[in-house]
Amino acid sequence: MWTYDKRLEYPINIKCPNPRLAKFIISQYGGPDGELAASLRYLSQRFGMPDQKSKAILNDIGTEELAHLEMVGTIVHQLTDKVCPEELEKAGLGAYYTDHGVDIYPQSASGNPFTAAYIACKGDPVANLQEDLAAEQKARATYEKLIDLCKDDPDVIDPLRFLRQREVVHFQRFGEALNGVHEKLSQKKFYMTNNSYGCDMNNTTNNTGNSCGCGR
Amino acid sequence: MLNTEPCQETRAEMLRKIREYNFAIIELALYLDTHPEDQKALCLHREYAKCFKDLTDKYQKVYGPLTINFPCNKWRWLEEPWPWERSDF
Repeated sequence: MWTYDKRLEYPINIKCPNPRLAKFIISQYGGPDGELAASLRYLSQRFGMPDQKSKAILNDIGTEELAHLEMVGTIVHQLTDKVCPEELEKAGLGAYYTDHGVDIYPQSASGNPFTAAYIACKGDPVANLQEDLAAEQKARATYEKLIDLCKDDPDVIDPLRFLRQREVVHFQRFGEALNGVHEKLSQKKFYMTNNSYGCDMNNTTNNTGNSCGCGR
Repeated sequence: MLNTEPCQETRAEMLRKIREYNFAIIELALYLDTHPEDQKALCLHREYAKCFKDLTDKYQKVYGPLTINFPCNKWRWLEEPWPWERSDF
């Protein structure tokens, strides 16, 4: 289960509201490569991981992504807080303001609402971790584009750089977890109770099989 | 599955109490959010928060960390079962 720490992972104090930047940064909140999608993807994938390290890393990175979701939400909030509707409209947020005011709504920069379609869970640990490695690189690339777009405000760039750096670390850890999964899958006595292929490809002496008794 | 825990009963019992204390804290916190002046609820919260801290400290020293904030000489965070895996506790 989870508990809440009443603090941000990295401090955010943006002095000058800037709705133009908020319109782009919202993508890291509820866009396809955003923190919400990342967190839910990892926390959902962890159930199917075959070894201790990959379970732990998906659990812990999925948890850290929730802290990043809060940071991105905070950035968007501080960039739009107390901005008048006319300024929001000039920044291209007229439609957003109509539907959501200045609440934080999970959507992409182009305005698509968050969808569970962003959460890839393939039922295959290698495919899932490869997806996660790509997701971290895409998030890093997105943060770099955002940093380019925000270069006139150090208050915004600073937390974005922190978030970008975390994507790099996550990529590294996922790579190590993937190596561990490959090792585990190549063990002779490895068994996976939900897949029939595991029985054909491996020594099944110790195979406990599916609990439904189908013999797989 | 073989029972390899030194005292299964104690672990299950401790975890049940940790859950109870924590649930009491969650429930009291929700109530206190909308009734911050209620001294009786505040007093109960203090009592359960202390019970929860003492028991989780004791539990973690024996059975490993419940959160990544708990200091370890060996990284026992990886130990199974994870909460979503079947176990006797």
